[in-house]
Amino acid sequence: MERKTRVHAEEGKQELHITREFDLPVELLFKAYVDPEIVSQWMGTKVLKLESRQHGGWRFETSDPHGNIVFQSNGVIHEFIPNQKITRTFEMENTPFAVQLEFLDFEKLTDDTSRLQMHIVFKSVAYRDQLLQLPFVQGINMAHNRLQEIVIQLK
Amino acid sequence: MELRRDVFQAIADPTRRAIITLVALQAMTPSAIAENFGSSRQTISKHIQILTACEILEQEYNGREIYYHLNPKKLKDIADFIEPFRNMWDDRFNKLETIMKEYQSKH
Repeated sequence: MERKTRVHAEEGKQELHITREFDLPVELLFKAYVDPEIVSQWMGTKVLKLESRQHGGWRFETSDPHGNIVFQSNGVIHEFIPNQKITRTFEMENTPFAVQLEFLDFEKLTDDTSRLQMHIVFKSVAYRDQLLQLPFVQGINMAHNRLQEIVIQLK
Repeated sequence: MELRRDVFQAIADPTRRAIITLVALQAMTPSAIAENFGSSRQTISKHIQILTACEILEQEYNGREIYYHLNPKKLKDIADFIEPFRNMWDDRFNKLETIMKEYQSKH
């Protein structure tokens, strides 16, 4: 089975699709989205709030190794159907990015395998393309920081 | 297609990648770029030439000084810009799978 994560971002559209198949029963896959302790482990973030229910809200906070807060995000939950569906918003705090809408579909494939499909809708094509580039830009900045450290050592 | 391959060769060199990361933050003159490296100005100038030929860097004149800045459009082409994003999610999901398998074996 192909277990790699697929990202589909059609040119000129303000949405994207992320699909992944897991070697896990759908109940466990879903639990990884609901249990705050588990969420914090795989997302690498602190879970300040996670109300897994309709009209619930969530808030995450990510810190660097020195304890400085580098990233905060929050949203509200619109639909919550255990082992099937979560519809929620996602907003990065203190950034120019507009809030995005996320549809998460959890699907049982066999007793031991499952599939997650994330459908994310953005305010505009430009916002989507900027978000897609974030990891690359961060990579560049990290490379730059390393370069600076090397340069400082040389001096 | 020929040019595209050249672009990838251009960024395969660590010094040229370092130049890209410097110029990504602000437009710089050739001498300001060279100050960051131990190599001779000539060597750095050669690297800048290659990056300019591949359209990764663009020149702009400010008075008598030439400044180089990044051509983001080109960089986007090179990065196959979905790939780092995909990798980020792949890493997260791999972690999720590992954690939940451990959880499964304990319960």
